[in-house]
Amino acid sequence: MSQARLSPGIVPGRLAPEDLALNFRDIAPPLTAHEAQVAADRCYFCHDAPCITACPTAIDIPLFIRQIATGTPDAAAMTIFHANILGGMCARVCPTENLCEGACVRMEAEGRPVEIGALQRHATDGLMARPGHPFRRGAPTGRRIAVVGAGPAGLSCAHRLAAKGHEVVIFEARDKPGGLNEYGIASYKTVDGFAQAEIEWLLGIGGITIETGKALGRDLTLEGLTADYDAVFLAIGLGATNALRTGDEGIGNVGDAVDFIAELRQAADLAGLAVGRDVVVIGGGMTAIDAAVQSKLLGAENVTMVYRRGQDRMTASRHEQDHASASGVRIIHNAAPVAIHGDGAVAEVEFCYTEDSPEGLVMTDQRFRLKADQLFRAIGQRLDEAPGSPALEGGKIAVTGPGRTSLDKVWAGGDCAAGGDDLTVTAVAQGRDAAEDIHLSLSP
Amino acid sequence: MADLRSDFIGIKSPNPFWLASAPPTDKEYNVRRAFQAGWGGVVWKTLGSEGPPVVNVNGPRYGVIHGNDRRVLGLNNIELITDRPLEVNLREIKQVKRDYPDRALVISLMVPCDEDSWRRILSQIEDTGADGVELNFGCPHGMSERGMGSAVGQVPDYIEMVTRWVKQYSRMPCIVKLTPNITDICKPAEAARRGGADAVSLINTINSITSVDLDLFAPQPTIDGKGAHGGYCGPAVKPIALSMVSEIARGADTRGLPISGIGGITTWRDAAEFMALGAGNVQVCTAAMTYGFKVVQDMISGLRDYLDSHEMGLPDLIGRAVPNVTDWRYLNLNYVTKAVIDQDACIKCGRCYAACEDTSHQAIAMKPGRIFEVIEEECVACNLCVDVCPVEDCITMRELEPGELDRRTGIRRADYANWTTHPNNPMAKAAE
Repeated sequence: MSQARLSPGIVPGRLAPEDLALNFRDIAPPLTAHEAQVAADRCYFCHDAPCITACPTAIDIPLFIRQIATGTPDAAAMTIFHANILGGMCARVCPTENLCEGACVRMEAEGRPVEIGALQRHATDGLMARPGHPFRRGAPTGRRIAVVGAGPAGLSCAHRLAAKGHEVVIFEARDKPGGLNEYGIASYKTVDGFAQAEIEWLLGIGGITIETGKALGRDLTLEGLTADYDAVFLAIGLGATNALRTGDEGIGNVGDAVDFIAELRQAADLAGLAVGRDVVVIGGGMTAIDAAVQSKLLGAENVTMVYRRGQDRMTASRHEQDHASASGVRIIHNAAPVAIHGDGAVAEVEFCYTEDSPEGLVMTDQRFRLKADQLFRAIGQRLDEAPGSPALEGGKIAVTGPGRTSLDKVWAGGDCAAGGDDLTVTAVAQGRDAAEDIHLSLSP
Repeated sequence: MADLRSDFIGIKSPNPFWLASAPPTDKEYNVRRAFQAGWGGVVWKTLGSEGPPVVNVNGPRYGVIHGNDRRVLGLNNIELITDRPLEVNLREIKQVKRDYPDRALVISLMVPCDEDSWRRILSQIEDTGADGVELNFGCPHGMSERGMGSAVGQVPDYIEMVTRWVKQYSRMPCIVKLTPNITDICKPAEAARRGGADAVSLINTINSITSVDLDLFAPQPTIDGKGAHGGYCGPAVKPIALSMVSEIARGADTRGLPISGIGGITTWRDAAEFMALGAGNVQVCTAAMTYGFKVVQDMISGLRDYLDSHEMGLPDLIGRAVPNVTDWRYLNLNYVTKAVIDQDACIKCGRCYAACEDTSHQAIAMKPGRIFEVIEEECVACNLCVDVCPVEDCITMRELEPGELDRRTGIRRADYANWTTHPNNPMAKAAE
């Protein structure tokens, strides 16, 4: 047993490097050709298929599965990419159990859907491994469009605009493009640098340049962009995190789950990454799950995820919750933090049990404490600051139709825009649809 | 528990499941394993004349049609009759029969179409102790190019002639195996009967090319870039075989002629269907070649369960469906059914809708929430929705009550009437 395994506090190297490598290997390894054939054979080729309706990008799933079944996986990949250029990433990170696979009629038939996500990965991995890029850029239009944010929405928008022949410049605040694909997803879902490889592949269409280290409000202004470009697409995501009501400023070893996830994704050596022995994560969404599971996989002895409402209200899918439980994460429902105890750094977190009532969440008299040397907040994100003057709705950029904001020449999509689930696949759809609308608006 | 013991033209076996003359019955080793697994009998792979045996290709002998999950639906072969010396086969047959006296052992024969060849082979097999002979007039590939196999089976006069020789020179029961590669299966069966055959067995394999290699542009199985048609068998041919068996079972000049049913039998249910259409026993090949000899155990237990649940003995099953095989013109045109979709069983795949809307009668409505409902005003009861539905018994056909209104035609269901008396039939005779 590693010396550091049971060390109190936040320390690196709790697990041996080989255990870390095992823990952070691909969580859903690709299907073999035989597995793909068997899986594809299960598709019923439904009429007006429910899986298509359930996919935010409306990929023609029965068609691509039939193309796999008939031995043409590259054609299958093209069916996917025409609808969703980030089909490779979506195959890895989509909560398919809530989307296509949840809608699969096989669920109704025998409770086991066609493995759509795995099949999508099978098809897209194959085509992406080939040299070159399968889409050709349209004849240059002379139009220039600024995309702010190189996350899924921005990349999707840029690719579709490039395909139409427009010239696209993507401004990205961080050092690397990818947005949440690069910084916000559990490491074992997208191994081997897939996010960057996918971007490199996507840029193969040509006509897109990415300028990193350029943030709106810091290095750029919306006014400047609208003056310099024919159109602007805002895909800046949600930069700020919500704080706990207990007041947590200045308490040591309390941090944001999103930062932990990003740090882990960027870590060159997981053995050098420190994690607590008793980790508490507050929240009920995917970010909370990813932080909790990865803490456990890094070697934390006790990881507890605490959500203030009941299980049915958690935004993390049931599949993800089960994965967390199977990984050794304890999930406590109906408990809200009321105090953080500790001398300088967190030592215990005090919770109050809650009850859902018609009047909202009610705190009960029942309290408990959890030992904690590291506490993560994962209770939602919000728009960093208003990026100029487009009208907001519920704290996000208000949009109508395919991402039109209140400003001329300015569109928005992805997590920063109001409406839709905050999912990679939703962002891809919004970026694609905004691109089509921008193209229409620029067409004579 | 139902008694499965079978007596087919005097040949007794502990059950009616025989292995057909084919690769699985080519030698002692296989046949012993088959008997150990429980097969009631075997028809030993076809023997030819003495002398240098035939040779087989040294490339692939089989082509295949796969269903989902590479299930073997159809198999095609270009293998010839046994390529082992006659005396080896005869010695092995004798040894196996001696060790398994309760099992049926029939020898399949194919020699040139002259009296001397047949007299000679019959005398050579005389003391093997075999229970009977099966005349291979069926194989459609290779040997047929040499005037044997289906080349004989396609000429009723030859069938009659050879059968007569066999009955003249042998006291063994004689089964004539028929080729399906003809237009009317009753003609060769009649010829066999005239020649004195004790039974017919059918079907042998069907001329076929299973697939074409789209890189080599050659039929499969491909031998050095070329392919020759083979004989098709397996589950895919069962419907063809069932029809041919039924035609002989009910034919004016063939009814009563014992039939050994062959063609894609894979389960006890397939076997029971052949027997219901008049087969006295069945022969199996592809199922054994796909799954091994053990499949017979499910056939035995399944047939027994079925007979028990229907309180039938094996003789009650044989031929029981024959009276219900008729000509189209005698079908009741006043029998009306309508499709009914069980909404609780429906998984909402919409295949019934696609099939009906695109290719049939627009008789299924798709309603919000993916509710699929039959439009009785349009439904002609074609059954396509039932056939394409992935859920068994989700869509069924409901028979209209006598007098009930058919909402498509506006006519109430009337008594039996068929085409022979239908007013639209120019040849109709007025109902008496």
